[in-house]
This record gives sequence, structure tokens and C-alpha cells, in this order.
Amino acid sequence: MSENIFDPHVKDIAWCPGCGNFPIRKIMLEMLEELELDPVNTVMVSGIGQAAKSPQYIQANYFNGLHGRALPPATAMKAANPELTVIVESGDGDMYGEGGNHFLHAIRRNPDITAVVHNNMIYGLTKGQASPTTSKGMKTPVQINGVFLEPFNPLAAAIALDASFVARANALDQDKTKEIIKKAVQHKGFALVDVFQICVSFNKVNTAKWFKEHTYYLDEQHDTSDRSAAFSRAIEQDKLPLGIFYEQKNKPVFEESFPLYQKDKSPLFQRTLNKEALEKIAAEKTE
Amino acid sequence: MNRKQLVDEVSIVFSGAAGQGIQSIEMILTKLLKREGYHVFSTKEFMSRIRGGINSTCLRVSSERVNAPMEKADLFLPLIQDTTLHLQDKITEHTVIIGEQEVVQFDDMVDIPFSEIAKRCGNKIYSSSVAVGVIAGILDVSDSTIEKTFTKHFKGKDEKIIQENIQAAKEGIKESAKIQEHLEVDIEKDASVQDEMLISGTEAVAMGAVSANVRYVASYPMSPATGVLVKLAGWSEQTDCIIEQVEDEITVVNMALGAWYAGARAFVTTSGGGLALMSEGISLSGITEIPFVVHVAQRPGPGTGLPTRTEQGDLHLVLYSGHGDFPRIIYAPGTVEEAFYLTNRAFDLADRFQVPVFILTDQYFVDSLCNTPVWDLNKIVSENHFTETAQDYKRYAITESGVSPRGIPGFGKGLVKVDSDEHDEEGLITENLNETRKAMVEKRFFRKFNLVRKEVIEPDCFGNKDNELLVVSWGSTGNAVKHAFQLLESPPAGMHFSQVWPLPENIEDILSRYKRIAVVENNASAQFATLLKGYAGVPVAHNILKFTGLPFSQEEIAREIQSIQ
Repeated sequence: MSENIFDPHVKDIAWCPGCGNFPIRKIMLEMLEELELDPVNTVMVSGIGQAAKSPQYIQANYFNGLHGRALPPATAMKAANPELTVIVESGDGDMYGEGGNHFLHAIRRNPDITAVVHNNMIYGLTKGQASPTTSKGMKTPVQINGVFLEPFNPLAAAIALDASFVARANALDQDKTKEIIKKAVQHKGFALVDVFQICVSFNKVNTAKWFKEHTYYLDEQHDTSDRSAAFSRAIEQDKLPLGIFYEQKNKPVFEESFPLYQKDKSPLFQRTLNKEALEKIAAEKTE
Repeated sequence: MNRKQLVDEVSIVFSGAAGQGIQSIEMILTKLLKREGYHVFSTKEFMSRIRGGINSTCLRVSSERVNAPMEKADLFLPLIQDTTLHLQDKITEHTVIIGEQEVVQFDDMVDIPFSEIAKRCGNKIYSSSVAVGVIAGILDVSDSTIEKTFTKHFKGKDEKIIQENIQAAKEGIKESAKIQEHLEVDIEKDASVQDEMLISGTEAVAMGAVSANVRYVASYPMSPATGVLVKLAGWSEQTDCIIEQVEDEITVVNMALGAWYAGARAFVTTSGGGLALMSEGISLSGITEIPFVVHVAQRPGPGTGLPTRTEQGDLHLVLYSGHGDFPRIIYAPGTVEEAFYLTNRAFDLADRFQVPVFILTDQYFVDSLCNTPVWDLNKIVSENHFTETAQDYKRYAITESGVSPRGIPGFGKGLVKVDSDEHDEEGLITENLNETRKAMVEKRFFRKFNLVRKEVIEPDCFGNKDNELLVVSWGSTGNAVKHAFQLLESPPAGMHFSQVWPLPENIEDILSRYKRIAVVENNASAQFATLLKGYAGVPVAHNILKFTGLPFSQEEIAREIQSIQ
């Protein structure tokens, strides 16, 4: 195999041995390479957390911002320069907890970006507290009597908001997951891929074996354009379906909804001051 | 009512309930009077409600440039009875009260049946046009100015409606003879005013952003800062600017940084509460060295405070918002002209030094209106300061100046890696403390702070520079202090700061020339005085403070200065 141009050959990766982030990283590197993306025009965006370190280990532009805040800058980047491929990679706590409000409104905006959410159902970086997706009953050093909050269902929420692409994958199924993420990146509009992953250090419930036993793949009978069917599948509890739940191919995207790109496709950084417009505004004030 | 002659200035106060039309009276009258060659200044105070209550606008008409609130009204025109005595302070024994006896009751007033005249002209709602006419009559405004201004103001409306409003105004002019029995106004006109702009603080800030080639505006509506967002949205199809109203102020700052990262100049407008939410993102700007420009229109806090009132109570919030050490720049314009040029400059400095820059105004400032010379577009700058990257590009290259050349993704052959964790030159996370961390802090804090300090705008000095007493102002209080000096027999020295951070390097020398320093501020805790004491190490003898939610009037400041002279 030839050299993957997206692999920076980092010697020291700050994840635990056996971490579920490793297979996702491998999938992402291969996906980026196979889609023949150009690192110079690709931006990886993340918040804070173990998963959010991912951009550090990919040879592309990146913006590793604040906890929970990956989606707002990603949305703005794509709007400022639609020629960029913008991919958000972050964890369940980052995206669904701290960033919950951004998650809702990014779906409403529908920018042409992809959000790959590493969902290990636990907080890793802060050492094992419950995340918004932790199963009921799991005991942690903070939820000492077990989690009693209803877990957040990102897929159902996304479909309820009429997101344009909604999928779920399992990090341990390399090939299938890669194909799903490829389709998400190629999809025009906001694409959510919730990726199940293990946490070897803190989540002793949702292990590799657990994920294998409690998931199944949607078959060809599932109509991805049928929102009601997608929603029904999204609220299934056990087993949990994997695959592309919902896809809308022609939903208008955020950045293209602004008139300025209808006149001129060039990215904003190439545009200089329109002095005439300013003079006209000033002239109106003299009337 | 005593008969008196006013030579070169008149102050007129209108009051009414929200929705009663005093804003449109203000809009038309200011345009009308400017077109006629008068210097105008108007400022408003209003309640946090859409209908009802009592609001007022104070309009000054003068032969000279005026731009500060006045305490007293020469003419008072209430559209409703002020049962709360909200405006009682404005009325003196010399004030001529004009009103409709059926609506407002004063012992001594000129009765003008606005509604009846309006009805006669076609509709009761033309009352405000009658009121405009009455004032226009006192100020000897020509019929042609009335016609031109009304036609422009009501552009798009039915011709009949326009004509009826003009008729209502002309009827108002006839009525003004009644007032002239009590008051004679003789203000010299200045033809050069006709070519000037009539502009609010809001418009000055918004135009400053346009002049800096702003391309992305992300904001959440919050009084009194919303006007800037509305203006920029209104112009966005001419300026090709993305305007996005977002879900919260946390999104606002993070979006703005994303836009700047990708090479688009972004702008944000908010008030104190919104800025409080942006605090973490401001810190992100600090470590990632992504430029950020925010307009903060202050209102009284804490909490929701007084949403439609004014205060200068957020200086410390702006100065300290964001955890950790990083340089920042804070401008506090005192005139619309400063607001325009400083907003333009804010983008330039944010871009050149990759730091957050704040434009600090307040409700009084953004909601005030005056005539001002057309901007000199030769004085504005809008060039971007990002560079085309080479393959071995390092976003955080350690440089002697402290500024690492800023690349943007997709422009050049390099990769632009930014990280909110401490990072090395390439942007990779590091915990190399003794070398990398230290070098980064030295670069982005110390060396850059020195650069930023070289660009400080010196305070504007006025008054009697040799006086032992120095009166200091910052931001919107500057003009009121200058006008107050004109009321004093022997004015002290005055100094106005339009940049409040960083302060000039020689600030201690500048200030220690004076025996006593008084600082005028629209807040309770003397925030700027605290800054001067801490940073320049000079004692502040007098704090002239006001924290009622209203701006200082020139008379008020004059009295305060007199008491310490």
C-alpha cells in the first residue's frame, strides 16, 4: 500500500492502548485518502475530549477549539469558503452534552459539513463520569447509584429535526463504517454519523462483545428517504440498528442560501472592499 | 411663561408612549433641520416595552456642532400626560409647553389641537406631522424643505398619504405663531451642514465594520446592540456579507472565530450579558491567535438590569473577560466619527496582531443621532493580513515581533493547524513547559503586547491645560464633559480617552502633571478610575459618577466640576 498522505506519523498518540479511537482514526485516514481529498482544502474541526484530539493525528488543516463548540466554527468556515471540505470529529460528551444546543441548530442550518461522533457512552478524558448517552443504571464515580437520566438519542433527535443525513456505525466494523462515513462526507448537507466505540478504561458495560450482541445492520428493505420509518428505527432500543437511517438529497444548504454566492462563487477571503457600496450608504445618510 | 429670546440654540423634548410616533417625529425633524442647515443632535430614553409607558427624545438645534444631552428643555411637547413625573426635571420656569389641552394638562401651556388638525388633513395619525410642522415653523423651515423631506421619508407610500402629511405639517407651521408669542428663536444656519450625514452611533459602528470589509456577521439580538446587526443586515445585499442570527452568544463567538480562521472578516455585536457568555471564546481567540472584533453596547447590569438604559459598567468585564493571559485592545468612541474610524481600525489591528479587539459603546451613544461630515474614505484601511502558505508553513512560528504569519486553509500549500491546547510552532499539542510553553507566552503575550502598545491612541486633551485640576472622561461621556467646560467660567484641563486599553506607556507622566484628577464615568464603581490608579499609579481625587441608567447632561457635569474647583 502506498503512503497515506493524511497520516502525519505521530509517534506519541495520547490515547489508552486498545482505545476505540484507534480504529476510527484508521477509518478516517483511509476514507480521506480513498475520497481523494486534498489536505490543503480539508479542515478537521473538533471540540475537547479524547475523540477531539483526532485532528492532531491527521495531516490536514485543523481547528481544535473549545469543549462542545466544534459545530459553530465548522459551519462558519464552510460558509466563508464553500470550497473547503469540513469534517467535525468529536465525542458524545462534546457533541451531545456541552454542545447540545449547537447540535440542534447546526441541523437546522444544514451546512454541508460532516459530524463524526465517537460515541463510547462515557466521559474518558475526565475519567469515567456519565455522558449524555450512558445507559441507565451504569454506576460511575459521580453517578454513584447509577445513571437515572434517559440517555440522549442523537439519531432520533436528528431525524426529528429533519437532518439531511443520519447514520450510525460501529468502529469495530472497519469496512462498513468506512463506507458509511464516505457517503456522509459525499452527502451535500449536514451529515451525522454516530459511531459506537469502546472505552477500555472506563466503560465496562458497552464492550466490543456488547456492541456485537446488541446491534444489527439495516437491510436493503429500509427506505432511507422515509422519515417515519427512519424515526421508528432510531427509537429501537435493543437491538440497536446500524447503517444509514435517513438521507435527503436535495435539502438546501446553509452557505448556498446567502445571495452573495448566487452572484459570485468565490470564497470570502478573495473579496476586497466594495467602496462603492460604502459610498452609497454614506450618500444616503446625507439626504 | 416668560417671554425670552433664544439666540443660537434651542432644546426640544418630545414625550409619548411607545408606539405613539415620537421616533418618527425625531426622524423627520432631524432630517428636515439638517437639510435646512442647522446642527442637530438628538438622544432618546425609553422604557423596556413595545407599547405604552413614557419615552422621550431630546433634540438640540444649534448654530454650532452640539452632541451632548441637556438637562433643560426650552420647548416641551408631551403627547401624553406624564403621570409619573418622569420628565419633570426637564421643565423649568422658562420652558414653553406645547400640547393638546384635551390630552395633557399643564397650568401654563400653548394649546395646539394636534388631533383635530390632523383629522382635518385626512387622518388622526398625522398628529406627529402637525407636531413636526409646529417645530419647523418656530425654526423658520421653508415649505420646499418640508415637501422634499416628507416625500423622501414617506417614499413608497401612497401619494395621497404623502400630500396629506405635508398638509398637516404646513398646518403645524401656521400654529407655530402661537409659540412665537412666548419664544423667539434665531439660530444662524450653516449651509455646509446640508452636505453632512445624519448618523446615529449605531450606524457609525455598522458603517465602520462595512468599511473594514466585514463579510460575516454572527450575533444574537440584545438591546442596545441589536441596531448594528439590523443595519448590517439591511445593507448585506450591497455589501455581500453573510448575516446570521444564531442560537446563543457562545455560538456567536465560535462562529466568528471559524469565519476569521477561513479568511473572512467577522463581526459581532452584543451587550454585557451576551459578552459574558462569549468569555470562553474570547480566550480561544487569545490562544489560537485568531482575530476577533466585537462591539459591546453597554446597558446597566447586573443581570438583566435595565435593558433599554445606559451605563458604562462593563469596562472591567471587557478588560478581563476570558481566562488566561493574552493581549487585547479596547476602544471607547466618544463621537460618531470616532466610532466609525475606530471600528475600521479595530479590524485592522485585530488582523495585524491576531488579538481580540473590543469597541465599547453604550445605549446612550448608539441611540443618539447627529450631523457629522461625510467620512473620509482615504483614511480607512481594509487590507487582509493573512499570507499565502508554503508547504512547510508553521502557524505559530516563533517570531521576534511576536506575530506569527497567519495562513488560512486553502490558500497556499501549507496546512493551518490551530489548537486551544498549548501548542508548538506547528500547532501540535505540547506539554513541553520550560521551552515551548514559555516561548509561546513570551511571543503571544509579552512581545505582542508591546506591539499593541505602540499603536495606542493618545488621549484627546482640551480645556485649560495648565489648570491644576484634570477632568478625565472615556467613551460616551467625552462630549458632555467638553460641553460642560463651555458652561464654566474657568474650565479645568480635560482629557478624553477613546482607547481605554492598553493605556499609553507614558500614562503616569501625562497624569502626574496635574495636582488633582477627577474621572467622570457612567457607573457606580469608578471602573476607569480604578484602572488609572492601578496602572498609572496616580491617585484619583474625585469620582464623578452616575448610575441611574441615564447619561450625564452637560449641566450636571458642569455643576459637579464647579463643586470641586
